[in-house]
Order: sequence, then structure tokens, then C-alpha cells
Amino acid sequence: MPGLTDNLYLLTPEFALAGLAFLVFIIDLLLPEERKDLLGWLSVAGLLGVVALSLVMLPGKEATLYGGLLAVDGYSLFFKVFFLGLGVFIILSSIDYVKLHLNHPGEFYGLLLFSILGMNLMAQSRELLTAYISLELLSFSLYVMVAYALNNAKSNEGSLKYIIIGAFSSAILLYGISMVYSALGVTRFEGISAALSSITDLRPALWVGLALIMVGLGFKLAAVPFHMWAPDAYEGAPLPVTAYLAIASKAAAFALVLRLLSEAFVPAADRWDQWQIIVATLAALSMLVGNLVALAQRNLKRLMAYSSIGHVGYILAGAVALSTDSLLGANGIIFYLVGYSITSIVVFAALIAFFNATGQEEIPDLAGLADRQPFLAMAIAVSFFSLGGLPIFVGFTMKFYLFTAVANAGYLWLAGLAIFTSLVSLYYYLQVIRQMYIQPALAAPATDAADGPGEHPPAEPESEHTHTPSHHEPSGDYEPLPRPSALLLVVMVLGLVAVVGLGVYPAPLLELVEGASAAILPGG
Amino acid sequence: MTNFDQAVLLLIILVPLAGALLSMFLPRGRSEDAWYFAIFVSAITLVLSVVVFARYDFGAGGYQFVRTYEWLDAPLNIDLSLAMDGIAAPLVLLNGIVLFGAVLISQTIKHRTRDFFVLLLALGSGVYGVFVVQDLFFLFFFYELAVLPMYLLIGVWGSSTDFGSFMRTKEYGAMKLMLFLVAGSVLIWIGILALYVAAGQAGSPTFSIEALGELARAGHFSPAFQNWVFPLFMIGFGVLAGLWPFHTWSPDGHVAAPTGVSMLHAGVLMKLGAFGIIRVGMVLLPEGAAAWMPVLIVLGTVNVIYGAIAALSQRDLKYIIGYSSVSHMGYVLMGIATLHPVGLTGAVLQMFSHGIMTALMFAMVGAIYERSHIRDITVLNGLMKRMGTASFFFAVAGLASLGLPGLSGFVAEFMVFTGAFRTYLPLAVLAVIGAAITAVYILRLLARTFFGEADPRWEHLTDASPVEKTVGAAFALILLFVGVWPAPLTRVINTGVESVLLLF
Repeated sequence: MPGLTDNLYLLTPEFALAGLAFLVFIIDLLLPEERKDLLGWLSVAGLLGVVALSLVMLPGKEATLYGGLLAVDGYSLFFKVFFLGLGVFIILSSIDYVKLHLNHPGEFYGLLLFSILGMNLMAQSRELLTAYISLELLSFSLYVMVAYALNNAKSNEGSLKYIIIGAFSSAILLYGISMVYSALGVTRFEGISAALSSITDLRPALWVGLALIMVGLGFKLAAVPFHMWAPDAYEGAPLPVTAYLAIASKAAAFALVLRLLSEAFVPAADRWDQWQIIVATLAALSMLVGNLVALAQRNLKRLMAYSSIGHVGYILAGAVALSTDSLLGANGIIFYLVGYSITSIVVFAALIAFFNATGQEEIPDLAGLADRQPFLAMAIAVSFFSLGGLPIFVGFTMKFYLFTAVANAGYLWLAGLAIFTSLVSLYYYLQVIRQMYIQPALAAPATDAADGPGEHPPAEPESEHTHTPSHHEPSGDYEPLPRPSALLLVVMVLGLVAVVGLGVYPAPLLELVEGASAAILPGG
Repeated sequence: MTNFDQAVLLLIILVPLAGALLSMFLPRGRSEDAWYFAIFVSAITLVLSVVVFARYDFGAGGYQFVRTYEWLDAPLNIDLSLAMDGIAAPLVLLNGIVLFGAVLISQTIKHRTRDFFVLLLALGSGVYGVFVVQDLFFLFFFYELAVLPMYLLIGVWGSSTDFGSFMRTKEYGAMKLMLFLVAGSVLIWIGILALYVAAGQAGSPTFSIEALGELARAGHFSPAFQNWVFPLFMIGFGVLAGLWPFHTWSPDGHVAAPTGVSMLHAGVLMKLGAFGIIRVGMVLLPEGAAAWMPVLIVLGTVNVIYGAIAALSQRDLKYIIGYSSVSHMGYVLMGIATLHPVGLTGAVLQMFSHGIMTALMFAMVGAIYERSHIRDITVLNGLMKRMGTASFFFAVAGLASLGLPGLSGFVAEFMVFTGAFRTYLPLAVLAVIGAAITAVYILRLLARTFFGEADPRWEHLTDASPVEKTVGAAFALILLFVGVWPAPLTRVINTGVESVLLLF
């Protein structure tokens, strides 16, 4: 039995990250107000440093720490780099926004760093209480960040809902953990799987406990029917925080769920596989409700909230394909998480750029964006096509991979439902694309800036006798938007390259993904 | 095999795709540049298509230009395998011709020109891909790639139609087309997954069409399985082929689309559907296909009759062509469903012939609409006097579509009828009646709109531009050539058809 402090050096990246967060808090006190965006750059530099540190120290290391509470393996390394990278891109996209719209930038970046620390630990936890504490580290940072727009009533409402429901779901999760402990006497994942395979009767306490854990995690994932906090929290939060909620916190929750399922439940699947039915039901409901309700949204953040609920459904569906025989399911989920995150970063970077320029966030506000700022329109269109599952973008490839895994596990109906709801999602993505490309821009306000360098849309054929597209003559005058800042451009261009690159040739990424999934499913 | 033979199919997919990506970096605003560049790219693909068709050895038959590129390892195992058989060869040629023609005709696109050609070339790449890949993943990949640009192509550059009491807007046409086609691909996708799972149960999960075909021949797919999976492909691909009653997107979409896109869409894209039924449905699920063919031939016959009657009652030139496409795709579906060598060869020949003729019709109607801004045949008349060349080429295409001997439509339809007479006599009779209705609406159209009395209202119309004349003349010559001497096409098609029918 290894001692509690053996191999502690393997946690150096985590200690460094915590140190970085404290450093940001301290420097915040010393900097004058107008120089605070330095903190963003400091955080980015620090995160890149931690990535480098992890990549130098950790490859090939396999160890458990604190007597089996935390794992250092291929899986945790993959997610560590992934989360740190997400953090870098989220911060890069938010530096302008924070400067323009938010007070207290120091706390913003500091909390973001702490939440990334929580996410890293979530991917490493191999024990229920450790997982819970890591999850709370993430959640507490997020509670504050969602409420960051102090003077905005929606932000307050959203954050209040988020905190109350978050606390409630944490309680459920804890209650579930305690019942599992009472039934099995263990909280470590491998102990749970060993106990599940050996016990002779499944007592109701165990059932209830496992179900409560799933419910608690369902809240964190915003899976239907535990999703109702998500749209309000997304809408109320400042855009970078919405992005962070939709992308990073979701990916982290899945990292936790994936390890929990793979290490605690999958090895005992021949004795107890009812969890698959629960997961499949949650998945089916999430796909249906998320995508159908998204049809009715007008606000871009709410649209992204419901669309992300739909995507949670697809990823959860992939969970039924986890098995010790094949890595197809685990690969599919991780690939999907990466592809979804990258695509969403492009969407949110573009929305942040649009918001910085206009202060608007409703779908109709996007009208004529293809004329007003073509690159932004292209970035949103490409990423929406990707999320809708069309080639040559990563969305197509990741959906094909994941749904194949689901079908291969014997859940063809679930794969079919996923494919069908993917069609539904295409409809609302196309509505946004329609606003940008087909609807003419709203007429410019009285201060007519249209004499600037912007191009006028060429008039359509002048006199159309009976075939007149009367209801949308090009308005002629529109206000060209300023170019997005260089930072956001860099984020979007890199993101778009990845969206196309991974869609056309995902093999290198999948090799890395395979390393990660082999670490949690050694039999596969 | 020469190096060229090894690389040609990959080139044929990548050239338009690379052209699309490169176009994005052309300077915005100079619309001629984008057009010239697209001409350059599509000329290369046209040359490649002609060469690859000419180099296909019909004596040897089978799959040629075979090449496999590894793409993804286990556990999913997907390779990009390329090959072309006698059924794909004429369709590759068709795509080369129509894509080039569509790019030329799109000279008139002046609004966001660069974006237009990016999407058009991407579409062309997707179509090539479907014809030459040998893997279900990539087949579906390219199939979706061919569908994806349509929404923007129609929605941004299309035109709306006013029916007086209601509007058919371009947004409506674009969204309807997109949702129908993607709904079709939902079925296809489920079918592909079902095949993958079934192959897995037989011991080797795979998406390779060749490997799946071997499993099918070895009897690993039970008849019950085939009977429920085949209709997924039949309807899924059938939607794109304009199969009744899932055809309604097609006239609305074609009418709303700009000329070049209508040409590609009616000319080539609808053929993807019919091609998919043969390549995936019949080859991988022969027993299911045999069981469902009676249904397909009935639906195909309905297509012929229904499309013709609907065309008869339209007043808008583009709607007439749109419904005539539905009707003519019916012959293709019937030919496929005969499972008879002559009928199936006729079906593939009809795909080629209809592709050229309908593209020609849309090109000429586009030229007329460009000048008159009207497509109502009760208002337009006597165009021959004002736009002689355009009217003449339209007339050639019209005559080909009603099956005038000496033009390509006759040969193809005759072969389809021959196949159908030997297998489903009553339906063949109905289909011939459909051809007669086609003659009614085409001749009525020619008589009134083109050869009627000149109307002073149309004094100002100028004849087709040199580019339009070139495209018109080239396409009309192809129709004549195939009509007089179809052997260069049929002998290639035959080799492909025979190997498919060996399964039945």
C-alpha cells in the first residue's frame, strides 16, 4: 500500500495552476485599473506554461495518489491538456469583453483558473467524494462567474437559479454517495465495480444511491429532465461565461461521468447493466427536448443552451456503448467532446465579437451579417453546419463515429433517434444562417455610415414584373461592423482550421483519444 | 497502371474542393476573377472526367482505377477507397460536363460572386465523391457535401416566385429542399449503421462496400434484414431522385435556384439518388431489392404520369421543367426496378441524357428570364423571333425530352420501355402514355412560347450571350451525338449493369 504522500510530485501541474490563480489575485491588487487586461495575458501565459509542464512531466506515467483517490494516467493527461487549452482559448476570447463590459477582471481570471483546476481534478478522481469536491471547486467558481454582470437583472436571476439548483443537485449527489457507501462500504470506483460484481443481491439502498448519483450528475450535465436551470443561467451570464458553461464545464462533467461509468459500472456490466437503460433514457429525452425546444428560441444564448442540451443527449447516448471489449464508445465520446468544444468556441468567439461591436444577442440582430461582417458570418455558418452534422466539418465525422458506436452496442433505435434529432437541429441552425445570409441587413440608423469602405449589395434585377421578391428588396444601406479584434480573429481562424482539419482527417486526434480511453478501459 | 490512373479519381474529387478553398482567398469584390478561376478549375475537372471516361476499359469491365488510402484505424476502420465501374463512368463524365456548363452560365452572378463559386465547386466535389468512392462512410460524407451548399446557393442567389395569391419564396424553396434531402439522409444513415452492425454480427464490422458486398453474396444478411433495410435506402436515396411522393421539394427547389445551380441540381444531383439505390441498395441488399422492386416500379410509374400531368398544368417555365424532371426521373426509377439488363442500361443512359437535356433547358430558360424577368408562358410568346438561338437550343432539349428519335432521350426511354415491357407490361403501357403527355406539354410550350406570334412587348429582348450560345451548342450536340450513336456510352454502362445483375 503506497503512502499518502508518495508520487506527490506528479501533481506539480495542479499546484502550479493553483499558484497561478493566487498570483493573479495578488497582482490584481497591485495593478492600476487600466492595466488589468495584463492579468488575462498572465493567465494565458501561465496556462501555456502548465500545459508545457504537463507534457514534459506526465506522458507515460501511470500512478494513483493519496491511496487511490486520484489517478495520473493517459486519460487525465489528455483531459488536462484539453481543459488547459480550452481555458487558453476562452480567456483569449474574453479579454476584450472583460475590458469592455465587466468590472473586477482580476477575480474573473482568478476564478476561471480555479475552476480549471477543479476540472482537471474531476478527470483525475477515482473516488466519489474526491470527485464531488473537485466538482464543487468548479461549481463554486461558476456560481460567482454567472453572476458577474452585477447590474443585470437577468444575470442575477440566472445565477440565483443556478446556485439554488446547483446546491440542490449537490445535495442529491452527496445523498447518493452516502447510500452507496452504506450499501457497499466503498467509495472508490474500482471498489464499487468489485463490489457490484461480487454481491449476491442488489439492495434497494444501492439502487437508490446509484440512481441519486446519476440524478445529481444529470443536473450538472444539464441532461433532461434536470436541465431547466441551464437556459436561464446561460442567458443571464456574460457571454464568455456562457461559453465557459457550455463548453468547458460540460466537458469536465463528462470527463468525470466517463471515468465513473468506465471504472465503476462497465466492468460489472454483466451483473448490473440497468444503468445503461437509465442513461439511454436520459439521452433520448435530452436529444428530443433540447432540440425541439431550441426551435422556438430567439435569443442566441438560449439557442446555444438548448442546442447544448441536445448535444449532451448525443454524448450520453455514447455512454451506452462503453464496454470492456471495445474502445469505440469511449473514443466516440471523447472525440465528440473535443469536436463539440472546438466548434462551440468558434461560435462563442464570433458571438462575443458581434456583441462587442453591437451589444446585441438576439437572432434577428444577425440579419445581413454576411454583408456587414462577412468573416463573422462565415465563422458562425461553418460552426453551425458543423454542429448540425454536415461534412467537411468535424461535426459530421464526430457524429458518425459516435452514432456508429451507439448502433454497434445494440442501440440502433437510439442512434436513429440521434440522427433524427440531428435533422431537427439543422433546422434551427439554418434559421440563424438564413438571418445572416439571406435576410437583408436592417436599415442603418440615422447617422448614415454607409459611405464608408463597406460594399453595397448589388441591386437585384431592377424591374421584375410578376416575379417580384417584394418583401425583401435589398435595403441598400446597412452599417458595416468593425473588424473583430485580432485576438478574436486568431481564436476563430485557429478554431475553423481545426473544425475543417478534424472533419477531414481526424486520425491523429483519434490516436491520442485512444490512448486516453485505453487508460480507463484497459480491456478494450 | 500508370501513375495517372492511380491518382486520377482522387484528383477528380480534390481539384474542385481545393478550388473551392482557394477561391475563398480571392480578393472580394472582383466578380470576374472568381468566375475565371472557377472556369479554370471546372475545366480541369472536365478534362479529367473525359480522360477517365475514355480510359475506362469496357472490355475488361469491373472496377477500375482502384486505389485505397488509409484514413482511420481500428476500431472503426475506414479507408478512402476509390474505384469506378461502368455505371459510375458516364455519370462522372456527366458531372464534368454539367459542372463546367453551370460555371460558364453563372457569368451573370454579380452578388457575392466569390462565395457562390466556393459553394458551387464544393457541390461538384461532393457529387464526384459519391460516384467514385467504395466506402459507405465516404459515400455518405460526399452525399452530404453535395447537399450542404444547396441551402445557401438557393437562399442567397435564388429567386422567388409570385403566384398571385401566394408567394413561393426562395427561402421556402431552399429550406424545403434542405429538410427533405436531410430527412432522406437520416434514413440512409440509419441504413448504413444497420449494415455496419449486421456486418459486425457476421464477424467483420466494416463500411467498405466491397467487403459488405462479399458478406451479402455469402448470405450473411438475412432476407428479413434486407427487407427492412432496403426501403431505408430506397426512400432515403429516392428523395433525392425525386421519387413520388417525396418529390415535392424538387420543383420548388429547382425553380427557386439560380440557373447554374438548377442545372447542376436537376442535371446531376438527382442522379445521385438513383445511383445510390443501385450502388448501395441493389449491390448490398439484393434480396431486399428484389422484394421491393415491384413497389419501386409502381412509384416510378406514378412519377412519370404524375410529373407529366403536373407539368401540363404549370404556367411558369421553370416549374414545367421542374415537373418534367420529376417525370423523367420516373423513367430512371422504372428502369432500375425492371432488374432487366436493357431496362437498367436504359436507366443509366437516361440519367446521362436527362442530365444534359434538363441542364440545357434550365440554361436557356435562365437566359430568357435574365432578359425578360418573367417566366409565365401565358405572357411570353414568339421568343423565336427575338431570341432565336436560345429558343432553338431549348427546342432541341425539349424534343429530346419528349423522345424524338435521333436525340438521346429516345434511345434511353426506348431501352427503359423495352425492359419494362418484358417485366411489367401494364406499367410499361402507362409509362408510354406518360411519354405522350410529355409530348403534349413540350409541343404546346414550343408552339406558343417559342414559335408563336411575335409580341411587341418582347421587342427589347436580345439573343443569348456568346457564353450561353456556347453552352447551348455544346449540350445540344451531345444530345444529338448520344441520340445517333449511343454505343460509346451503352457499352460502358453494360459492363457495370451486367455485374450488378449477376446478383439477381
